Amino acid sequence: MARPPMAEKLVVIGAGMAAGRMLEHLTDAGAPYDITLINAEPRGTYNRLMLSPVLAGEKTYDQIVTHDDDWYATHGIATRFGEPVTEIDLAERTVVSASGSLPYDKLVIATGSTPFIIPLPGHDLEGVIAYRDVEDTDRMIGLGAGARAVVIGGGLLGLEAAAGMAARGIHVTVIHIMGHLMERQLDPEAAGLLQASLEAKGIDVICEAQSEAILGEDGHVRALKLKDEREIPCDLLVMAVGIRPAVGLAQAAGLTVERAIVVDDQMRTSDPAVYALGECTEHRGTLFGLVAPLYHQAAVLAATLCDREAAFVQQSLSTKLKVTGCDLFSAGDFAEGEGRENVLYRDPAAGIYKRLIIENGALIGAVMYGDTADGAWFFDLIQSGADISALRDGLIFGPSFEPSPLPKCSLAA
Amino acid sequence: MDGTPLSTFKSTCAYCGVGCGVLLTPDGAGGVMVQGDPDHPANLGKLCSKGSNLGDTVGEALNASYRLRTPMVHGEESGWDEALQLVADQFRHTAETHGPDACAFYVSGQLLTEDYYVANKLIKGFIGTANIDTNSRLCMASTVAGHKRAFGTDTVPGTYEDLDEADLVVLVGSNLAWCHPVLYQRVLRARAERGTKIIVVDPRRTASCDAADLHLALEPGSDVALFNHLLAQIEVRGAIDDSFQQHTTGLDDALEAARADGSYVTGLSRETLAQFADMWIGTERVVTIFSQGVNQSTSGADKVNSILNCHLATGRIGKPGMGPLSVTGQPNAMGGREVGGLANMLACHLDLENAAHRQAVRGFWNAPQMPEAAGLKAVDMFRAVGDGRIKALWIIHTNPAVSMPEADAVRDAIAGCDFVVVSDVTGATDTARLADVLLPAAGWAEKDGTVTNSDRIISRQRSVLPHYAGSRADWDMLAEVGRRMGWTEAFDYGSAAEIFREHAALSGIAGALGRDFDISALADVSDAAYDALPPTRWPVTEARQGGRFFADGAFFHADGKARILPVSWRPPSAKRSPRYPFRFNTGRVRDQWHTMTRTGLSAKLSAHLAEPFLDIHPGDAATQGIAAADLVELRSPHGTAILRARITADVTPGQVFAPMHWTGETAPSARIDALVAGAVDPVSGQPESKAAVVAVTPFKAAWYGFAVSAKAPRPTSDYWALAKTAAGYRVELAGRTTPADWEAAARTLFGLGNNVGDNLGGGDQAHVTSVTDPARGLTRLAFQSGGRLLAALFVAPEPVAVMRDYLATRPGQAAGGVLLGRTPADMPDPGPVLCSCFEVGVNTIARAVEDQGLTSVDAVGRALRAGTNCGSCRPEIGALLASLRAREAAE
Repeated sequence: MARPPMAEKLVVIGAGMAAGRMLEHLTDAGAPYDITLINAEPRGTYNRLMLSPVLAGEKTYDQIVTHDDDWYATHGIATRFGEPVTEIDLAERTVVSASGSLPYDKLVIATGSTPFIIPLPGHDLEGVIAYRDVEDTDRMIGLGAGARAVVIGGGLLGLEAAAGMAARGIHVTVIHIMGHLMERQLDPEAAGLLQASLEAKGIDVICEAQSEAILGEDGHVRALKLKDEREIPCDLLVMAVGIRPAVGLAQAAGLTVERAIVVDDQMRTSDPAVYALGECTEHRGTLFGLVAPLYHQAAVLAATLCDREAAFVQQSLSTKLKVTGCDLFSAGDFAEGEGRENVLYRDPAAGIYKRLIIENGALIGAVMYGDTADGAWFFDLIQSGADISALRDGLIFGPSFEPSPLPKCSLAA
Repeated sequence: MDGTPLSTFKSTCAYCGVGCGVLLTPDGAGGVMVQGDPDHPANLGKLCSKGSNLGDTVGEALNASYRLRTPMVHGEESGWDEALQLVADQFRHTAETHGPDACAFYVSGQLLTEDYYVANKLIKGFIGTANIDTNSRLCMASTVAGHKRAFGTDTVPGTYEDLDEADLVVLVGSNLAWCHPVLYQRVLRARAERGTKIIVVDPRRTASCDAADLHLALEPGSDVALFNHLLAQIEVRGAIDDSFQQHTTGLDDALEAARADGSYVTGLSRETLAQFADMWIGTERVVTIFSQGVNQSTSGADKVNSILNCHLATGRIGKPGMGPLSVTGQPNAMGGREVGGLANMLACHLDLENAAHRQAVRGFWNAPQMPEAAGLKAVDMFRAVGDGRIKALWIIHTNPAVSMPEADAVRDAIAGCDFVVVSDVTGATDTARLADVLLPAAGWAEKDGTVTNSDRIISRQRSVLPHYAGSRADWDMLAEVGRRMGWTEAFDYGSAAEIFREHAALSGIAGALGRDFDISALADVSDAAYDALPPTRWPVTEARQGGRFFADGAFFHADGKARILPVSWRPPSAKRSPRYPFRFNTGRVRDQWHTMTRTGLSAKLSAHLAEPFLDIHPGDAATQGIAAADLVELRSPHGTAILRARITADVTPGQVFAPMHWTGETAPSARIDALVAGAVDPVSGQPESKAAVVAVTPFKAAWYGFAVSAKAPRPTSDYWALAKTAAGYRVELAGRTTPADWEAAARTLFGLGNNVGDNLGGGDQAHVTSVTDPARGLTRLAFQSGGRLLAALFVAPEPVAVMRDYLATRPGQAAGGVLLGRTPADMPDPGPVLCSCFEVGVNTIARAVEDQGLTSVDAVGRALRAGTNCGSCRPEIGALLASLRAREAAE
């Protein structure tokens, strides 16, 4: 595609999933930009969420690449991969990387996030990794059957890492500091079922576990030591305890940064020529880690860059764990509280648990384990805030149920 | 089974007094297939829903779970020898130490004539007391008294053929459509063929009103005033048959009494009364059918005579198409009357209190003694049991602990009696559970003998199945006890035929003494001829066979004349008051019979009305704060009940109605005769079962439940009602206090053991699946094993709203989705069964009516077969069509 003469220069820092989606919207709209994409990782956009299936051996890396070199070429996007940006000059409107400075008319910062590494003694030992990218995934795959791994963090990512390694015959122990797994997505009862099915896959789970130190030998990790003196031997230790927005560049450039780069509803930063997108942003005090809102941000930003009206609105989120045989779904708010009512379905023998949380006649949250077929339907009801009082009797059985008058005794009409 | 064709036997239905002939074909697996006998004059091949489903009440599976196998003595299995010796010794000992009147038999219209004859002979002629009464006392006694007062004998003048030839049929206190459906269908055929008019006299609008030209919703108990009004009008309009009056006496006194009665007490308008008089007086061929609404009253005998008076005054009796016709409740109530099963009767319609009669019978029996006074009638008998005057009691095939008035007191009296023998096919009745000695009796289709129906036809009940396990015929048990008491010759019977011949021979003596019941021409019937005996209407003498009585004016009083009795209206004995503001009527439903010991075994018959209920007028319901499907609490001076409210204008304000079928076995809070006072008719001794007084208030339930189960549940809640289903059982539940742990409570209810919290499903244990909505007090529990539903419980703080008839089909099926409590969206719910014969549900009919635009009961029948067999449900289908039309019009 020939670049229009005198096209505005758009520079995008970071080729994560949000940036990739934003570029699709932009190019689909045929926006007249001269685009350069700079990425620290030596590759373009791939579906990071699909790393777990790759780890579990259910997919290959090639299958999860969403934008390859051909795509950038055919869409006339210049790329600088494997080339970290070292500086942003807001006054000069340039970004600097290894191959020199690059002017921009508009800049998009999509530097994403970096995994948080707990500064335990020994955290810098060889064999202590995070779970973020292809390299981390390859490290885990490289371990091979029979090896031992410890995963610190019983959240989404940690459990996907654990299950992926377990699927490859690696003996995994999950260390979780909270009382039950995935406490942000699951209530204790659902988490109990999840833990049971993970343990059925041969994964050890230790909750309420305080890590004290990572022990090493010849510079390589040997075991994790807990405050209760327990030692859990391992050949690899994966930390999956959360992410930190990557805001170093923005901070250095002098953009407004709180916990992350502050953006408005149009994804604009404190500098009118600079936008931010993805896990590196903070919108109305909220940070982001799940993909759905980031795709929404991408669409808003693309529209904004095309001078179209658009505004980013936060919505409640739903979670699915990509671990084969651990079917869970969580959406909305499921904290107990005044005026909140539960509808519960339990089938312990089948390992099924469903909990709907209702407030003022509306569905505000749902937690399901073992059977999540109706998750999307519940998620819609949560987002629409519709009054479900009339549906309540059959709600937990999903959309197939239609309310109608029923007999109330055993007497013929 | 091998390829040999099944053989079919003729027998008689086990239920009401219509006495329908049935064709029984043993299926070779312990059961029988049942069809109507086209050759039987009582039903000409027709059967009602109850008769059609008789096959559900016999069979090996049922026997194994329901029947008594051996005699039981104080709860322990025993041999026959030991048990019968104990019975003989106890009755002898009691008679010797306390006198014969300390002994009593309470028997039943379920007995065959031969059984009945031996029972009566044993106690009256040999033990020497007249303390034998029968549940016919609760059913027929007022008619017996009325007949005897008017005719000199207990004679049914006409025949069913009169229904084919009548131009007007008046139903008085009879819901013929539900209680004698085959006769009702016969009336409807006459209506179709010759335009026969129908009048219903009943405080309540019943299914019989559906085809009626006139419904007289008279004040309860005011029948005498109504027929006195008619009698007076008969005279005023010059309709007295003067020539016939040479055969009667008492007309003038009767007219005077009639004129003195105020017709206003009927609560009927002048116009209605005039219309009734016009139709009755203006129609020569009029049959007046009467039943429990007339009999079960403290003025029952007078009601009967007030009706007979009108037929005698007009001479409309014993001629084709006209006459009074009492329809009876039991298969052999009439046989019981013939053998003298009542405390004031002797065999063959002879009178105990008539010395000549006593002498004749005593001589014939060669009896050592014969009481000279009438024995105790049912109500007095159980009072005597209660206060210890009666110390040895033998109850045969009836359930007085449920069916007697003041039933709780009667139950306690039986429980407190020194020695109680109960003969029955099962130990699972309120009464059998109180017995010291339980004797397993051969059941219907096993036992052999004769019954007499409401129009004097003697029919054979034939043995087409072997006696189950160790069970024995009743005559055999009674005769054995007679022999063991020392009267070997008198009770040396070898077969039912021998007994029948003796009875027939005695009836010859009765005939010679001027009695109506004379079948002496059968006195020498051979065993083979007895086996082959076709339905035969008595009398059967050299001179006369069958036919009608009294057209010739020959009555059985000493002077050969009939009595037209002066009778006056009396109100029911129980008075309404602020404390007990409702008049409490009791009766029957379409598909159940008596205390359900037989019909309750049929899933088909249990699907129509599967729990006890109270009909209450919308206005009364509103003032009492009762909503549809609420439970209500009834209180009377004698007892309490909890029933489901059915709000309907079929009952008038101030009156409520409840069916009498439920028992301690099926719904302990619905033993409604516990609320009925033991007030009796002074002449007949029949209790007033239809005019008690009660208070009605909402039942304060903390929770309501509905459950289905493959195995019989064991409910214990304040309210429960159990019904059989094809897949097992269904049960309605409610309680004043909520269990702390519903799963534990449900496991107890369903007998599933307490492996609570078993969450990995160890083998065949019952896994629970639950849905709870704590804020709304909803709990639903399903128990399954191997993916098959064992049982499910649905609990709510208000009456549970679920598709009961669908859920009832689920036990034994795939367990998934049952907790939704309704059919999957793509599957229709048949709804409660309206047509029992073809199991067609209300919703199925409603859908067909809407989808296919059906407009008539016949059209529904063509589309779904509903109502095309016994026809008992046709009135309800008609009502459903009407309500659907009304709904359409409203939309």
